[in-house]
Amino acid sequence: MGNEEAVFFSRVLTETTLSFHIIYATIGVGVPLMIMIAQWVGIKKNDEHYILLARRWARGFIITVAVGVVTGTAIGLQLSLLWPNFMELAGNVIALPLFMETFAFFFEAIFLGIYLYTWDRFENQKKHLLLLIPVAIGASFSAVFITMVNAFMNAPRGFDIVNGELININPLVAMFNPAMPTKVAHVVVTAYMTAAFVLAAIAAFRLLKGSNHEYHKKALYLTMKIGLIFAIATAVIGDFSGKYLAEYQPEKLAAAEWHFETEGNAPLIMYGVLDDGEVKYAIKIPYALSILAHSIPSAEVIGLDQFPEDEIPPLYIHYLFDIMVTIGVWMVLLAAVFWIGTKRRWKMVTTRWFRWLIVLGGPLSIIAIEAGWWLAEVGRQPWVLRKIMRTQDAATTSGHVDTMLVLFCLLYLILGIGSVVILRRMFRKNPVEQEIEDRNMEKGGDML
Amino acid sequence: MSLEIIGITVLWTFLFGYILIGAIDFGAGFFNAYSLLTGKKHILTNIIQRYLSPVWEVTNVFLVFFFVGIIGFFPKTAFYYGTTLLVPVSIGIILLAIRGSYYAFETYGSRGHKGYSFMYGLSGLLLPASLSIVLTISEGGFVEMVDGNPVLDYWLLFTSPLTWSIVVLSIAATLYISAVFLTWYANKARYFEAANLLRKYALIWALPTIITAGGIIFELRRHNPEHYANIQNFWPMFLISFIMFIGTVWLLWIRRNYGLAFILLAGQFIFAFFGYGASHYPYLLYPYLTIYDSFTNPAMAISLIVVFIMGLGLLIPSLYLLMRLFLFDKDYVRGKSKHHA
Repeated sequence: MGNEEAVFFSRVLTETTLSFHIIYATIGVGVPLMIMIAQWVGIKKNDEHYILLARRWARGFIITVAVGVVTGTAIGLQLSLLWPNFMELAGNVIALPLFMETFAFFFEAIFLGIYLYTWDRFENQKKHLLLLIPVAIGASFSAVFITMVNAFMNAPRGFDIVNGELININPLVAMFNPAMPTKVAHVVVTAYMTAAFVLAAIAAFRLLKGSNHEYHKKALYLTMKIGLIFAIATAVIGDFSGKYLAEYQPEKLAAAEWHFETEGNAPLIMYGVLDDGEVKYAIKIPYALSILAHSIPSAEVIGLDQFPEDEIPPLYIHYLFDIMVTIGVWMVLLAAVFWIGTKRRWKMVTTRWFRWLIVLGGPLSIIAIEAGWWLAEVGRQPWVLRKIMRTQDAATTSGHVDTMLVLFCLLYLILGIGSVVILRRMFRKNPVEQEIEDRNMEKGGDML
Repeated sequence: MSLEIIGITVLWTFLFGYILIGAIDFGAGFFNAYSLLTGKKHILTNIIQRYLSPVWEVTNVFLVFFFVGIIGFFPKTAFYYGTTLLVPVSIGIILLAIRGSYYAFETYGSRGHKGYSFMYGLSGLLLPASLSIVLTISEGGFVEMVDGNPVLDYWLLFTSPLTWSIVVLSIAATLYISAVFLTWYANKARYFEAANLLRKYALIWALPTIITAGGIIFELRRHNPEHYANIQNFWPMFLISFIMFIGTVWLLWIRRNYGLAFILLAGQFIFAFFGYGASHYPYLLYPYLTIYDSFTNPAMAISLIVVFIMGLGLLIPSLYLLMRLFLFDKDYVRGKSKHHA
């Protein structure tokens, strides 16, 4: 296997691992916060249903955490296995947040273990709630630190290269690079949003499948409300991300928007297809790109004509951008209609088709997360470290990457099917009605 | 003490942590599966799961900590080990992934699923073998530089008696460490039947552990004379280690004080592990990579150490809390009530 093939297979393997991992990682970041909120609402309202909600979410969460942890370990090691030259350089500059991430992960792991095994140990539910705070903090901060590493790849800072030697290294400057604020905020907020909509989809699905229990209605209302808040936050931060790109990474924005020539009054191109360098069937929104990039309708936006051909990312990232933004906007609308509709007792939000839309929202949010990551990562090509190291110079020289790719694909298939089967079985065998009944019986028994 | 030495000591300590608690975990999974096979499930499964459930995720972090830390402190290891270890470590990751997730599937999802337990037990036994390859390679002689890139010679690696001795040692030691710990834990939980069975396993695995460990030192004389000579300089550490080993076996034999037996076992491995590590100094990969030429820049080293100290400030109290609640809590250990979600 030549080096070119090793680069290709390394890219495919990294993409496969990350694409699989982020499904579980996103849930892993978002769900602890949801559990915490449910537990807190339950204590505040003195409502058993919310406590039970927290408990059942926690039970499902363990399965996703397990897959998240093992695939996270996989990508952690694969970074060094597949991209040794990159890690050698990056290790010198960006190891600090990588190291901090393991502490956040450690912290979360310890308290998750304690939380899961102390359900009936404390008389006071508030004490139990306290255990969730480090779990949620640990989960979110793993995301914060690891995204800092990724932000560094987009905007490498904190070192100078003189005659091929790294000098003047400043780990803090590397951590707090210009890409960091928008990236970190976007990743964390979309994880909360996705987790909320996935949980909402489950509640809506149970309501559709025969159960009409108060518990599912409460779950649905709570998660849709949280989802709405974070979906709006996502849109706002997405706008900041656009402005960041225009300033620091114009080639990514230009490729994502099919903005070929540098010009003012730049229109935003939504949808469409690219045919021999010509954009067809697109919707053009006048001035929107200038507004997105610089908040001024007449502002000049740098186009692809300013870059040498071999430094332009693949143009298909436009489709990814469309998918991500469309789903984001759609989810804001859906959640807003649901929230207002519930407040005003509109019939529509309790109809079957509306609930099906909510069910669909869960997978859609995950698709948006995937599309967003592909956009961000492919949009950085051909660089692994923007303007410093090209992807092809970072990859391993080992000749076995293709075999490993096959093995890992098999692994993810097994883990994916396994986790879905287990989760389904867990909740099918023990529906909420059954659990409420069991708990009531236990309590009755205590009183005797 | 130089920053390089501090760095490698920190990492070596975490690697030791992983080896010790990982071994308990791997061995427990194997004994669990073995008890299913031999119809002794009712004796062992309960006690094993009570210990493992709250800590399985923590075990994994020790490994992550080690490999992230080594890239941080010694970035050049990414270049040498990253390139050469693609196959063995990938296999390790796959085993780890199957293990970790199938443990969760079995414990929380569908209790008593036999297939999951077997996968879990088997992968746990293969894991120490696949990871111990790293130790073999670090001795040198298996990696060649071709056009400035390191290439691993698999044929040499798999035909070397050193490789197989280290593999056998890792498996034997895993089962030995695990059995000693679980003997103590089962005894504490008043599961005397389990304690007796595990005591028997511990005694069975003690001999292969010490024979292979001694054999490896002997093989190093041929494979890496420089390392062998260094080991001679640290002979008191290996002697203390051996005396502690005798102590553990003696206590197990007379069925007394299993707690002390486990402490002696930990001591035995600490002395052997650190004696081995110290004699390996200054090489990370003989003869290409020393801890000096691969060390990171001072700015990064100092910030990593600062973060490490702050991180420990968080971790030590949390770990203490975890141990108090589960390992040393009488009601929990004896399984007085169901607590899990």
